[in-house]
Amino acid sequence: MQQYSGKSIFKGIAIGKIYFYSKGEQQVKRHKIEDAAGEITRYNNAKEQAINELTKLYEKALKEVGEGNAEIFNVHIMMLEDEDYNDSVNNIVENQSMNAEYAVARTADNFYEMFSNMEDEYFKARAFDIKDISERVISILNGASTGSDIGNEPVIIVANDLAPSETVQMDKDKLLAFVTELGSSNSHTAILARTMNIPALIGVKIEESWNGKMAIVDGYTGTFYIDPEEEMLNEYKAKKEEEENSRKLLQDLKGKENVTLSGQKINIYANIGNVTDLAAVLQNDASGIGLFRSEFLYLESDHLPTEEEQFQVYKQVAETMAGKKVIIRTLDIGADKQVDYLNLGKEDNPAMGYRAIRICLNEPEIFKTQLRAILRASAFGNISIMFPMIISVNEVLQIKKIVAEVKAELDTVGIEYGEVELGIMIETPAAAIISDLLAKEVDFFSIGTNDLTQYTLAIDRQNAKLDPIYDAHHEAVLRLIQMVVDNAHKEGIWAGICGELGADLSLTKRFLEMGLDELSVSPTFVLPVRKEVRETK
Amino acid sequence: MKQFNYVITDEAGIHARPAGLLVKEAKNYSSKITLEANGKAAEATKLLAIMGMAVKNGTTVTVTVEGEDEEKACVEMEQFFKANF
Repeated sequence: MQQYSGKSIFKGIAIGKIYFYSKGEQQVKRHKIEDAAGEITRYNNAKEQAINELTKLYEKALKEVGEGNAEIFNVHIMMLEDEDYNDSVNNIVENQSMNAEYAVARTADNFYEMFSNMEDEYFKARAFDIKDISERVISILNGASTGSDIGNEPVIIVANDLAPSETVQMDKDKLLAFVTELGSSNSHTAILARTMNIPALIGVKIEESWNGKMAIVDGYTGTFYIDPEEEMLNEYKAKKEEEENSRKLLQDLKGKENVTLSGQKINIYANIGNVTDLAAVLQNDASGIGLFRSEFLYLESDHLPTEEEQFQVYKQVAETMAGKKVIIRTLDIGADKQVDYLNLGKEDNPAMGYRAIRICLNEPEIFKTQLRAILRASAFGNISIMFPMIISVNEVLQIKKIVAEVKAELDTVGIEYGEVELGIMIETPAAAIISDLLAKEVDFFSIGTNDLTQYTLAIDRQNAKLDPIYDAHHEAVLRLIQMVVDNAHKEGIWAGICGELGADLSLTKRFLEMGLDELSVSPTFVLPVRKEVRETK
Repeated sequence: MKQFNYVITDEAGIHARPAGLLVKEAKNYSSKITLEANGKAAEATKLLAIMGMAVKNGTTVTVTVEGEDEEKACVEMEQFFKANF
């Protein structure tokens, strides 16, 4: 047995034979032609077919991986329709009397060179798009099949690198896993792998001699086993079976409404803590993002993230969700989440200390930078903003004043932003108790049950000694939730839960009775909660 | 002939997707629409040429519109730039 490690893109297990995928680079023969008009017709027909194929890929990707990820194929179609590209092909055919394959290859080389000589990494990478579309046309001209044919048996694909078009057109039923040498965890293909639910490893030094060998991909540990021993194989088979059973049960629920047997509806959104969680949100069919924890931007950085850095992330999330609600929670740092560059200092009682909105209102510049980034991104999707750790109406008024200032600044420079709902987290008993007053000032409430429980019961959740008396279903907390929902509805705003309690299936029925409008849970809980809702009377 | 200048505020510059939208938009007009930046020029209907200009964030782009519907095209192109770049 051989064992290799790589970076895991998607957590899952795959067992099967290795298929070594090498790009079928098309051989291009160069020869003189007599009938230029006929050759150009031949090219145009091939181009049409390529565009048809790309349209189908776009539609396939749209269904499987969402609009944001599918868009690349539209760009590919437009590249093929580009005037300069087509002029170049036609010129080579007409003026040099060369065959269409050669004309496409030369044209591709020229554009490839133009892009690969660019300094900017983004534009440089477009060289591969040119290559990808041109190869497609050439293989059609050559009469070769353009499908990435991987045989009839389900396989683990081992490749140097994979283009998004190659990934999408492989027959999904025959794809067990990807193992590649190149690629980054944010590459198109990686995102596609996550969205398609396929275990994938990158950064594995691959060998062609592996072709046909039995292997195991363990996406949990990032390990790739070749020729595993019988015992290990059995162990993984059992794990795999378990994984599949629970997945199958839930996949049937995809695309179904979150509605009870008696017709009551509720929104089930997902909580995410990083851009990498987006794929899981789409896979699990969440109707939106109910809590986007923006902290990772601050925690994973050695400096205060700039407006641009933040904007790019928020924009990506908004675009990927393509019009579905995305609720971004502003900086919630302090307590157990510390960053060095903010020099917050050590506190005796950090849970009740200088954290979250308290930092933001004290250091408006940090706050404003984030708000500007979020507002700019709101032009690209359906974004709402949510503020953590609120205890008073005065805080909300201050926040609204700052948001208005930021909007005015954006107006002055002519930067657009979308309609943004402003909401607050209800995670302190104070906020719950004055929720009637707060409801007059905001568009929605999201109840943070973890902190609300800790503060209401005065129990430090980090302290294991207190576990026996920690009651997540404490009547005091449940009553506060009811109070918050009622006060929200009196003012015509909605209320949801974004804490762990939202995923507690033994409470789903009670939450529905309470009249909650939304439950936001981690992506893997979206379908289990949906199941519970659909079985509730 | 009508003209306007626009400073790109999109971090990624004029990248593939919005450039594609630009091409679609530009094809709605009979006027010839030309982009100039970084000492290069490209017609707004040509995707690869636009991407070849490698317009980055902060770059000033001069857009020239010439033709029968130039009035309307210029106003709408400027709105389009503001919304997408």
